[in-house]
Amino acid sequence: MGMTMTQKILAHAAGLDKVVAGQLIEANLDLVLGNDITSPVAIKEMDKMKVNGVFDKDKIALVPDHFVPNKDIKSAEHCKCVREFARRNEITNYFEVGEMGIEHALLPERGLTVAGDVIIGADSHTCTYGALGAFSTGVGSTDMAAGMATGKAWFKVPSAIKFILTGKPSKWVSGKDVILHIIGMIGVDGALYKSMEFVGDGIANLSMDDRFTIANMAIEAGGKNGIFPVDALAEQYMKEHSTRKYTIYEADEDAVYDETYTIDLSTLRPTVAFPHLPENTHTIDEIHEMDDIVIDQVVIGSCTNGRLDDLRCAAEILKGRKVKKGIRCIVIPATQKIYLQAMEEGLLRTFIEAGAVVSTPTCGPCLGGYMGILAEGERCVSTTNRNFVGRMGHVTSEIYLASPAVAAASAITGKISCPCEL
Amino acid sequence: MKNAIGTVFKFGDNVDTDVIIPARYLNSSDPAELATHCMEDIDKDFVKNVKKGDIIVATKNFGCGSSREHAPIAIKAAGVSCVIAETFARIFYRNSINIGLPIVECPEAAKGIDAGDQVEVNFDTGVITNLTKGTTFQGQAFPEFMQKIIAAEGLVNYINAK
Repeated sequence: MGMTMTQKILAHAAGLDKVVAGQLIEANLDLVLGNDITSPVAIKEMDKMKVNGVFDKDKIALVPDHFVPNKDIKSAEHCKCVREFARRNEITNYFEVGEMGIEHALLPERGLTVAGDVIIGADSHTCTYGALGAFSTGVGSTDMAAGMATGKAWFKVPSAIKFILTGKPSKWVSGKDVILHIIGMIGVDGALYKSMEFVGDGIANLSMDDRFTIANMAIEAGGKNGIFPVDALAEQYMKEHSTRKYTIYEADEDAVYDETYTIDLSTLRPTVAFPHLPENTHTIDEIHEMDDIVIDQVVIGSCTNGRLDDLRCAAEILKGRKVKKGIRCIVIPATQKIYLQAMEEGLLRTFIEAGAVVSTPTCGPCLGGYMGILAEGERCVSTTNRNFVGRMGHVTSEIYLASPAVAAASAITGKISCPCEL
Repeated sequence: MKNAIGTVFKFGDNVDTDVIIPARYLNSSDPAELATHCMEDIDKDFVKNVKKGDIIVATKNFGCGSSREHAPIAIKAAGVSCVIAETFARIFYRNSINIGLPIVECPEAAKGIDAGDQVEVNFDTGVITNLTKGTTFQGQAFPEFMQKIIAAEGLVNYINAK
């Protein structure tokens, strides 16, 4: 019986020739990540441990990104705690405001995540780096603390679901539509405890940014990780962004999967997840059959969809058009580098001229932190990843998850819309 | 490990960590402060009504979403002695063990227990008894090392004690 991509990476990290689903292993970690919400709890736990500092100051990444620039005094205290810990332990990869970005966009851009790595992060969307052929998964603060202290973590080796992607997505269909379609199909616990392995010749038609978006939302199907094979495009990305050596793992031909789904990307349509679960998906065609869904706000950004492809797509739609009067459109480039590139390409001008507001990188509104909180009963079309009750503000507010294309088009019309309608 | 005995608060599918502890309160990491907002967005009276030792029972995928350890911390600090569910989201499961909040997967118990029932959980055997209805269910017993982590009030104390 062969191994999946994930199982091969975990076997290697545990120093074993072979692992099977369900086996408990202890793996060496290549990177341990935390942010300004989860790290203070981890630091407090680590202080209680009888250890002398961190296992490797180069293999820890601390990225204050959720409530920065500090939104209030309490957040400022949290960030101060992380900053002082980073200084005390001489953490190489601590990213201050000014050099930071949303963690899951920032780390690949900085070359800190490459194929074959085993990465844990005290943030559920740590699964993003599977786009590069790494095993990466979200954990809590105590696991982060133990990881920082020992450089190891225990895992139950996951079984896997295989998604064979074929064909080429049509003009306004992106990685977001692919993953929303999949979550709609298998449900928010459809991949609980499992790996989601994406394969097939359709992957060649997905940009790296599309793949980051897809891997990012594996957790919204309950997945332990999402992972892509490493092709020429992924190798090119790693060579451009990293000096680290990477290792490519391929699934064995006789690897065992719990389930296999085949998805023809050319048949997918722009897809929107309705409140209050990412599995409540409807295609744009189904939405056209409904009464207009009038909105109050649009958010384009986050670790899911704040990358350059996303901003380019939104700008293409907003160029020469106006955000509808009375609608707030908030655009958040995910990193400083993306922000700068968007400026140089003139995307920021397009957004501002259209009547959108452009923010410094932050997770802010995605989790109802700040920079776009919803009032009672308000509706938002958002390129973020969760539409749970109260996620972006008031408990009666509503979030519709969509691609940057649908979000930008909706900002113009004031209701959930496809760019093809403009 | 001592048995848990308490009154049940019942919830449905996919209770996410955003409703367990909304992110607007994550500018604090103080367990006592987090506890005052526990379950606020799904049951605003929960904190008023919950008593020390009470038990949460839910159906599938309890604790899905964000990895915030603040979620099991808030539940534990609110006085809850055990969470029983059909299934748990994996990060929540790990976090609960790591901070010493006992949780038990048992689909039958999740179906056969209603809000307000008195329930007892034996962690050594995994047996869940519905004292109100006089029924029992076999949940998964914790392996010894997990029992020790929980008894030590979490992974860090457990590691230090070794």
